[in-house]
Amino acid sequence: MQMATFFGEVLSVYSRAVEEDEEDDHENEEDQQIRSEIEEKRKVHVEWCSEVKNELATSAEKGLHCSDLVVAVGPNAAGFLSAYVLSSEIWSPVGSVSIWNERNPGSGAMLQSESSCVFYRQKDSPSVLICQCTCYIAEDQLFQWAESVFSCIEKRGLNVTVLSDCSLAEFKTTESMSSTSPFLRALKTGLYRSQISCPLLEQPNIVTGLAAAVVSHCQVHQIPAVLYQSYSDVITPDSVTMETYKPAFLNLSRLIKLDANPNADVLKKLIRISDPQSNMYT
Amino acid sequence: MFIATESIPSSFRGFTLIMPAVSVGNVGQLATDLIISTLGMPRVGYIHTDCLIPMAGNDPYPTCADDAAELSTNAEVYCLPDVKLAVLQIRAPFVQRKSRKFRKLILSWIKSSGFDRTVVLSSSHAYQRDDQQLLGAPLRYLLSPVLEQEAGTQLNTLEWKEIEQVSAFPGINDSDKRLYIPGGGITKGLYTDGCSEGIKMAVLLIFCSEGDNIPDAFALVNYLNDWLHLVDKPSQMSTQWRVPGSWRLLFGSGIPPAIF
Repeated sequence: MQMATFFGEVLSVYSRAVEEDEEDDHENEEDQQIRSEIEEKRKVHVEWCSEVKNELATSAEKGLHCSDLVVAVGPNAAGFLSAYVLSSEIWSPVGSVSIWNERNPGSGAMLQSESSCVFYRQKDSPSVLICQCTCYIAEDQLFQWAESVFSCIEKRGLNVTVLSDCSLAEFKTTESMSSTSPFLRALKTGLYRSQISCPLLEQPNIVTGLAAAVVSHCQVHQIPAVLYQSYSDVITPDSVTMETYKPAFLNLSRLIKLDANPNADVLKKLIRISDPQSNMYT
Repeated sequence: MFIATESIPSSFRGFTLIMPAVSVGNVGQLATDLIISTLGMPRVGYIHTDCLIPMAGNDPYPTCADDAAELSTNAEVYCLPDVKLAVLQIRAPFVQRKSRKFRKLILSWIKSSGFDRTVVLSSSHAYQRDDQQLLGAPLRYLLSPVLEQEAGTQLNTLEWKEIEQVSAFPGINDSDKRLYIPGGGITKGLYTDGCSEGIKMAVLLIFCSEGDNIPDAFALVNYLNDWLHLVDKPSQMSTQWRVPGSWRLLFGSGIPPAIF
């Protein structure tokens, strides 16, 4: 369903109203072929560097042994990791998830890209895997992403931490939260026993997107996982929002060294990306 | 697709399954929430599938602070073995073009689990009603042929109305009738497939429009209760259904005082 705003721009909006099923029977062979080709193109692929590929091939369970997987979803979550963790040279990219969809037409596995899904690991401490995800993952690819990534990692001994950005406008509450923004809220799976660094996500708020897909997978497959969602009224990457994720790393501090101050060059680059190209007021 | 939590009943054989169709006003899902919340049904498993858009949140039916930290996913199964009742709740829309696959998966699960009968709670666009349907109660039912033999008489006693079929070609050939449930999501497909697979299936639906659908949910769940007697109904009084905590702020946050 699409609607036109007062200014004539066309927006796609979700309606709660539900149409009957689409019937595929009327499709001819050519349409079906095009559809299967598109489905094939939309498949999520996890690609690893040769070192990790060897590890996977030689491991008995065909999975990487990890104590911790950290997934950052969104520009501020990813920016936090870039500025406070990954700026140190001890981290190197070891894999990526290649995704093709209507908003992500770039092809091929790029180990480093401005908009992508990249895995990092430390040479000296390979049990911690970090994934920064800044690309758009379509609804039909979210489940696949979680299944594909977790199929490469051994479940035994694994703990998962997810950092996710969210707009303050999505937060439902009777109180006014703009003065306390940005702030963190948490969700944890049944088996997660460690301390949580912020309040739990209150009803009726929910989590969607990649963060939801990852944490749902962990809940169903009994993997201890915690999700920290940062609510901010700023839609572009900003250092204040990035800083809200610091408490989320309290439980990981013995494994992941957090820089006391963010790397200024990394921060400048991240924030400059979101500067407007032109501004009719200046 | 069905993944049990640690505590699982030995089987669902002979149980009644209640499930919603994601339909106009989300009435089936709201009614399902009322059933799970009122009966205090514990969760026994998940429907883990790529057919539904992922979502997660804290326990929508908390009774105490500890419950509030239980994570909930987009499709979960709840159960009360004592009364042989299982309820599937669906909390997210279907991924485009995956609703047919979901129907097949659910029917396959129903058959392999040995459910005795399945009740689908649904709704249909009120604006599509014909002149006859505008009169009387907005509630309708459908029974699969196998269940018709068992339950048909009982529903007649309750004076329920079966959903009317519509002409495939109105004005041209009024004798060619077909089932039409606009806004019902997978309801028609699920029912049709259920009939052809010999599953005992009932559909209970209410005509409604988008808006505040809580009254519609109450109407539908009371309708169901008249038949299945899930919750005691004191005479001359309405049944007490427990509204879950997740129904707070259904239409967004409160008004920010800063705008005044």
